[in-house]
Amino acid sequence: MILTLTVLAEEAAHAAEAAHSEGGLPQMDVTTFPSQIFWLAVTFGLLYWIMSSLVLPRLGAAIEERRDRIADDLDRAAESKRMAEEAEAAYNRSLADARAKAQAIAGETRDEVNAEIASLRKDAEDTLSSKADAAEARIEEMRRTAAAKVREAAADTTRAIVEALIQETPADAAVHAALAKAANA
Amino acid sequence: MLRQMAAGPMEQFEIHPLVPLTMGGVDVSFTNSTLWMWIALGAAIAFFGVATRSRALIPGRLQSVAEVFYEFIADTVRGAIGPEGMKFFPYVFTLFIYILLANLLGLFPTIPGLPHTFTTTSHIAVTASLGLLSISIVIIYGFYKNGLSFLKLFVPSGVPIWLLPLVSLIEIVSFLSRPISLAIRLFANMLAGHIILKVFAGFIISLLGAGGVFGVIAIFPFLGIIAITMLEILVAFLQAYVFAILTCIYLNDAVHAGHH
Amino acid sequence: MDVEAAKMIGAGIAALPLAGAGVGLGLIFGNFLAGAFRNPSAAAGNQQTLLLAFALTEFTGLLGFVIAMLILFAV
Repeated sequence: MILTLTVLAEEAAHAAEAAHSEGGLPQMDVTTFPSQIFWLAVTFGLLYWIMSSLVLPRLGAAIEERRDRIADDLDRAAESKRMAEEAEAAYNRSLADARAKAQAIAGETRDEVNAEIASLRKDAEDTLSSKADAAEARIEEMRRTAAAKVREAAADTTRAIVEALIQETPADAAVHAALAKAANA
Repeated sequence: MLRQMAAGPMEQFEIHPLVPLTMGGVDVSFTNSTLWMWIALGAAIAFFGVATRSRALIPGRLQSVAEVFYEFIADTVRGAIGPEGMKFFPYVFTLFIYILLANLLGLFPTIPGLPHTFTTTSHIAVTASLGLLSISIVIIYGFYKNGLSFLKLFVPSGVPIWLLPLVSLIEIVSFLSRPISLAIRLFANMLAGHIILKVFAGFIISLLGAGGVFGVIAIFPFLGIIAITMLEILVAFLQAYVFAILTCIYLNDAVHAGHH
Repeated sequence: MDVEAAKMIGAGIAALPLAGAGVGLGLIFGNFLAGAFRNPSAAAGNQQTLLLAFALTEFTGLLGFVIAMLILFAV
């Protein structure tokens, strides 16, 4: 560390000496100013001319063109997206249409089938009820016939019993009255 | 013995004529400073020439870098002055590129056999000329655009009348100090960076000259040089940017003098 | 006193402003960072101001440096 400091001090002292022997800071040497300023003006002016007339317009044009192109592409992408959305909407619409039509057809068919079923059932019911009516009528008829026969048989029996008991044939009216009385008792 | 080996840290700033020239009795010799100005110009032309050669829609590497510079300075100008400031864009861009290249080229180590590297912006004559150029543009454009109302710049609104002379004086001094501060900031940054580099390099030579264990210690100032060189690259960019942005801010005064 | 020695001392004193500039730069960047951590979204918009403040603060230190150089080498 001490060595470094010593070296630094020597450096500085030496530099100062050297500078003094040559007349100070090189930056303060005014004799070089005209040359520096002149050539600065020349090179800076040249660079300015090249930049403003050649480089910057080209660079600006390239950047501008890219920006336009990107904006165009974005526009086109937006357009494509809009078209895709339209197509999707149309597809959805036709899908909904088809579904509604299918539902309508299915409903119609169901109604037809139901109507047919109903008419068939009605026919069958009609047939069955007419047959039942006929059967009932026949049963009623047979019961009446049977009841008449029973009454006839009872009257005959009664007559026969009366004849056997009193050897006298009772009148029909009396027999029937007695039978009715017995039946009601 | 050491003293003969280590050149002074100021030697790198010396200007010597390569081709003596006089013009109208004024010495305008082609010096090593001139040489590095032309090298900077050549580097700028080469870089931007190649970068803008193809003008591709999808930029290559060089074109990308050039466009980054373009957008960067354009944003700076637009941000500091506004859209009407874009007429100064070529000037600010040139300023930035010129200072940046001069700073960066000065950081290159001298290649043996070739001319010594020289930082043109480490000379007050160059930086002061650039600063005066900027401030001249501000003054000339300010009067051209606003006429005498440009002088309102020195009369801030809302100041009590009895304080006005003092405030105006301060404003005038601050305005006049602008080119000085522009010039000295750039010049002193470059000067300081190169002096430090040279002092560290002097350490290395001294330690190697001492020999033995000191030769091994010489690695430390070398690492220091690497670190300082990286810092100086940052400073090269930063000072070019600061010069450009300050120029923009001063130009803003000229463009919008009325709204001060 | 020897004039050379006085010059050296003077140059050292003239380099003192660099300390102030260092403190100032530390304050600038520290405060910027503190603000940027509080509101990171606003940090990007203030970088230009940051660099400007850096340049203006650095200038005071550089003036001292230039004076030191002038004392050492030019006077």
